[in-house]
Amino acid sequence: MSDNTLNNLPGGFKGMAHDMGSDQTAFKGVQWGKFMMWIFLLSDTFIFSCFLISYMKGRSSTVVDWPNTSEVFSLHVGSVPVPLLLIAIMTFVLITSSGTMALAVKFGYEKNRKMCAWLVLATAIGGLTFVGMQIFEWSKLIHEGVRPWSNPFGAKQFGSFFFMITGFHGVHVSIGVIFLFIFARKTFRGDFDTGKRGFFTSQKSDYVAIEILGLYWHFVDLVWVFIFAFFYLW
Amino acid sequence: MDETQNKEQSASTHKIGIYLWIWGLLFVLSFFSYMVDWFAFQGLLRWGLILFFMFLKAGLIMAFFMHLFWERYALVNVLLWPMTAIACFIILMAAEAEYTVFTRALYFFTGG
Repeated sequence: MSDNTLNNLPGGFKGMAHDMGSDQTAFKGVQWGKFMMWIFLLSDTFIFSCFLISYMKGRSSTVVDWPNTSEVFSLHVGSVPVPLLLIAIMTFVLITSSGTMALAVKFGYEKNRKMCAWLVLATAIGGLTFVGMQIFEWSKLIHEGVRPWSNPFGAKQFGSFFFMITGFHGVHVSIGVIFLFIFARKTFRGDFDTGKRGFFTSQKSDYVAIEILGLYWHFVDLVWVFIFAFFYLW
Repeated sequence: MDETQNKEQSASTHKIGIYLWIWGLLFVLSFFSYMVDWFAFQGLLRWGLILFFMFLKAGLIMAFFMHLFWERYALVNVLLWPMTAIACFIILMAAEAEYTVFTRALYFFTGG
């Protein structure tokens, strides 16, 4: 769908009625791959919501005190314990990588191959740093005796929710990092400029792929915003 | 490159300033939400501030980084209305949790 006609369509809610009632394409100007990614993210939202809601239910229905997260996740700087330090750094690392991804998408659409590729690579390295810190956090807690069935700090449910929620998020980040490295390579090689057919999909490469990858990456950051608020801060 | 392609491109590209602003705001908001823990606010103030910063951050990421602000309403509505189902689920489970903790307190401590 060319933008020429897109600009001539009604906008807002009137536009929605027009799009939904139109022939063939309901989502005007949205490439199919991008829409499919949105549908995937919607389903993923439900999965993470189920985890966080079961955590809410578990935490508010236990009669034993919940572990104090700001002490459990504190790091010692010298001999002073700083509450939630590692988690705060992880949050900043993930937001940094989200910002570089947003810029990569922008430069991708401007067909600025070099900038786009470097920014995708920077995003991948940010994600890798995040996963590294999460491994450190997990091993620290496991050493302190946190298990899915018990822990020395309080309510027994804490461990299972912690490993399940951060683990599932960590897997998302890891998969994202793998794809970011692959797409950094593809961008550097110029696949998106030449329209080279993909090895797996045999579709013509296009910079819209960078935006689709960006949607996934921003979603991973979005989920972390909720985990940070509900699991670590609450 | 013909004219249609040119126009399609300009529609998807936004000034770099807006991304940098949102990026900066996300840093500031994350810093503030960390400060909520640092100053050890308690009770309603704590929960209110956590939720406020959380929704602001989530909104900024979705609207600008994920480009929803620039998408057509047909897509935005398809993506956001299902969230009401999640809200219903939260309310149901909160009620269920209250019942569970009540029965646990009753049977664990008083023996029923």
